[in-house]
Amino acid sequence: MGLSWMAWTWPTAAFFIFIALCLVAMAIWEWRQPGGAPRRGVLGLDTTRGDRLFITLLGSAFIFLGWLGFLGTPLWGALVISLAYGFVVFRWV
Amino acid sequence: MNNKTAYPKAWLFVLPVVALVAFNALIPLMTVVNYSVQETFGNNVFFFEGVKWFEEVLNSERFHASLLRQLAFTGIILAIEIPLGVAIALTMPARGIWASVCLVLMALPLLIPWNVVGAMWNIFALPEIGLLGQMINGMGIDYNFTQQPMAAWFTTILMDVWHWTSLVVLLAYAGLRSIPDAYYQAAKIDGASGWAVFRYIQLPKMKRVLTIAVLLRFMDSFMIYTEPFVLTGGGPGNATTFLSIDLVKIALGQFDLGPAAAMSLIYFLIVLLLSWVFYTLMMRDEEQ
Repeated sequence: MGLSWMAWTWPTAAFFIFIALCLVAMAIWEWRQPGGAPRRGVLGLDTTRGDRLFITLLGSAFIFLGWLGFLGTPLWGALVISLAYGFVVFRWV
Repeated sequence: MNNKTAYPKAWLFVLPVVALVAFNALIPLMTVVNYSVQETFGNNVFFFEGVKWFEEVLNSERFHASLLRQLAFTGIILAIEIPLGVAIALTMPARGIWASVCLVLMALPLLIPWNVVGAMWNIFALPEIGLLGQMINGMGIDYNFTQQPMAAWFTTILMDVWHWTSLVVLLAYAGLRSIPDAYYQAAKIDGASGWAVFRYIQLPKMKRVLTIAVLLRFMDSFMIYTEPFVLTGGGPGNATTFLSIDLVKIALGQFDLGPAAAMSLIYFLIVLLLSWVFYTLMMRDEEQ
């Protein structure tokens, strides 16, 4: 059975490879430093590393959608904001 | 501290679930992502379009209107079903034959298939032949849900409340029954009022089940399709065209698979965000 019905493109494949690599990196991080590094961040939420990745990915999706809805393409600005947002989440949330 | 025994082979037991989730969720989701950046005219031929469909959906008045209708519908039914469900659970007997009778009666609407609920309420509310339609018109109120948007909304909300309040009742009832008698006895000794018992004993003890009830009702109502589709078909006009009905119209009615895929991903992200916010807010106090 081929995968042509899934209509793969290189950009979407790269996107899923990035997500998969994030998960692999998180697994390695957990293996090196077990316990998930739970803490209470600036929002008063108890988060582990996995929670912080989830908040980063979900927030980034909305940053991209917001950029696209209000400013349109190109999306480099949204990428920069998402990276900064991810850093803030992993550092302080 | 952590005294669990490490047993790496245990991961193998998770594999069937991973395979199942991959087949019924991940692979279809990946396909939707792939569709959302392409145009197709059938025959498995695709043309790459980038983020065009996302831009189109985000700036579409039609999408904004269905999203607003969806948010209004979900807000209204949550505001009705959660307090009503808790109130009914509080009045149900704790034990004895009447407790069983109430539970069976409460469970009945949940057992009826969604399309049957839509068809039942369609006939029930028809102004010419339906009991509800005849009754409202008999009271001197001009009511026709097939022609008046407000009447269509009223009927859709009433139908959803009838169908799903039972779920909240059953969950709240289970939460109430898990409270030990000692709490009530202590409250009685302290001379606590009925409101104080509800506010400081019953409500906090029901928190977990109410979190589940709110989440389930939120997600179900936000993705509602069958009941309003059978009842009103999204009409009159577009008055009850909620997100899922609009999505099906775009995907299957117009065969615009690219825009439909982009819309469904935005829809999915909204459901995911709101569910996370609800869950986090409701569990926050408990963790503290």
